[in-house]
Amino acid sequence: MNSAPGNILELKACGINFGGLTAVSALEVAIGRRDLLGMIGPNGAGKTTVFNMITGVYQPTKGSVLFDGRNIVGLKPYQIAGLGIGRTFQNIRLFPSLTVYENIQVSLVKTLRHGFSHSTLQLPRFHEEERAVRASIVELLEIFNLTHVMNERATSLPYGDQRRTEIVRALATKPQLLLLDEPAAGMNATEKVELMRLIRLVKERFDIAILLIEHDMKVVMGICERIIVLDYGIKIAEGPPEAIRNNLSVIEAYLGEQAA
Amino acid sequence: MGVHATKVVLLAAIAISFIVSLFQSQINPYFLQIIIYIGINIILATSLNLINGYAGQFSLGHAGFMALGGYTGAVVSTTLGATPGGSSAVIILPLALVLGGIVAALAGLLVGIPSLRLRGDYLAITTLGFGEIIRVVIQNLDFLGGARGFTGIPKLTNFFWVFSVVSITVFVISNLVNSSYGKGFLAVRDDEIAAQAMGINTTKYKVVAFVTGAFFAGVAGGLYAHFVSYINPQQFSFIRSIEIVVMVIVGGMGNTPGVIIAAALLTILPEALRPIAEYRMVIYSLSLVIIMITRPQGLFGRELSLRSLLGRLRKQAMPV
Ligand SMILES: Nc1ncnc2c1ncn2[C@@H]1O[C@H](COP(=O)(O)OP(=O)(O)OP(=O)(O)O)[C@@H](O)[C@H]1O
Ligand SMILES: [Mg+2]
Repeated sequence: MNSAPGNILELKACGINFGGLTAVSALEVAIGRRDLLGMIGPNGAGKTTVFNMITGVYQPTKGSVLFDGRNIVGLKPYQIAGLGIGRTFQNIRLFPSLTVYENIQVSLVKTLRHGFSHSTLQLPRFHEEERAVRASIVELLEIFNLTHVMNERATSLPYGDQRRTEIVRALATKPQLLLLDEPAAGMNATEKVELMRLIRLVKERFDIAILLIEHDMKVVMGICERIIVLDYGIKIAEGPPEAIRNNLSVIEAYLGEQAA
Repeated sequence: MGVHATKVVLLAAIAISFIVSLFQSQINPYFLQIIIYIGINIILATSLNLINGYAGQFSLGHAGFMALGGYTGAVVSTTLGATPGGSSAVIILPLALVLGGIVAALAGLLVGIPSLRLRGDYLAITTLGFGEIIRVVIQNLDFLGGARGFTGIPKLTNFFWVFSVVSITVFVISNLVNSSYGKGFLAVRDDEIAAQAMGINTTKYKVVAFVTGAFFAGVAGGLYAHFVSYINPQQFSFIRSIEIVVMVIVGGMGNTPGVIIAAALLTILPEALRPIAEYRMVIYSLSLVIIMITRPQGLFGRELSLRSLLGRLRKQAMPV
């Protein structure tokens, strides 16, 4: 299914302004169907803004976003999620009153074939479908070792587990492209190693493309095949980890940040 | 719990309502009236709880939906010439209730639309205004009796009808919020941006909450009209809406059992205080203040407090 040719996502001359501020400009990005692409850049470089343009939270003021060859600019975020783009958030946004299980259940709503009337009247198909939902949630939780906390409030978990739950919740939407916004933030060294294992597992097991924003160089360099560097909303470099590590303008951008 | 457990409970509740209604004439009419009001308030409060508690939208327009259902039902049953005790009532009352519910639901669709863009206090004010508009319009419609009110509505409502509708309302709303589909309401309440990112059509969920909540409020209005037999626009002012909101908050937003108990307690409380006439409303209001200070999450609900709801509304505005 995923063997179709072409890229899963292409940003073409994408740009966005907030009032006078140009947050991202003339951005070209291409992600293959099984790529694990990293995106790095100093604070405020526009990385999260790129995610928000892809997922429809913000409308690009210029250019187009092609998902599976189709321009998705102007679609609503829920429609874009429906097409197959899943995401996590830099500031974790789990549903605070829901358990881990229920957080993931929300992602499966879009796959339900029976809605309001079946749920309220509990028609026969309803129970069948609820059993299927339960089975797929439990299966996902088992893969990611979260079964023991499934009935706990998601936001009461330790930070690292919350990040993992958010990744599982995004995966439960059955995306073809997964966007991870700084998944290692707030994690300790062991958790980071575990996270890298998990991201590799996701890519292999679910056979999807991943775009990863990450400040932790060990993590990005460790798992990404290719990396894009943003600075002031402009792509200043792109290439394999070794090339990026030695790229002069990248070093300058990061040094500039330290000096500031 | 077996697959059909909730259905069994529903049928049992309706059967019990029927048996009790056989002995209705033995009940002291004053007590019967309070019991009927408790039932009607449970329908109103649990249905508002779907909008305010589960879906997290602050509606203050429930009395308006109730009025629409009450007046529609009254027109239906008087036009069809139903008489209390007559066998035709068995068909006419349900028809009047359902049509009243549908008219209210259509109005809910109308109010649902501004709710797509407004949130928090703005939505509260819009819905409050909407409820008041309904009231003022009715006040100026002569065929509905205008400000003088609508008289001669057949007294068709009894214990059976009220508590059957209570059972159905609780059944429908509990099933809804406990289902996978219903988790969408809670997601909308907790974090709209995250909900959308997980594929939830938040707009649609808000509208469904409004329409469903309004439908049951309309049915409750119909039950009320056919119990008191005389309705006027003042009975459906925004004070009535606020009373229902208070029941939801005191019971605990998003906590159906809590809201049911609160609806019963807050219906009984003013009656129980009747002997101390002039201090009645003071004590009633004071108890509300004390409850809100000591238990801001409601008497029974740790589910969601008003404070955390406001906190969440603020979080919605947080950068993504
Ligand atoms: N909604 C908005 N309104 C105005 N300016 C915004 C908005 N969103 C982002 N910006 C600005 O756009 C620029 C890029 O922000 P963005 O959050 O994309 O950076 P980032 O690369 O993700 O940074 P960080 O590494 O700190 O997360 C910043 O200057 C930011 O202030
Ligand atoms: Mg960011």
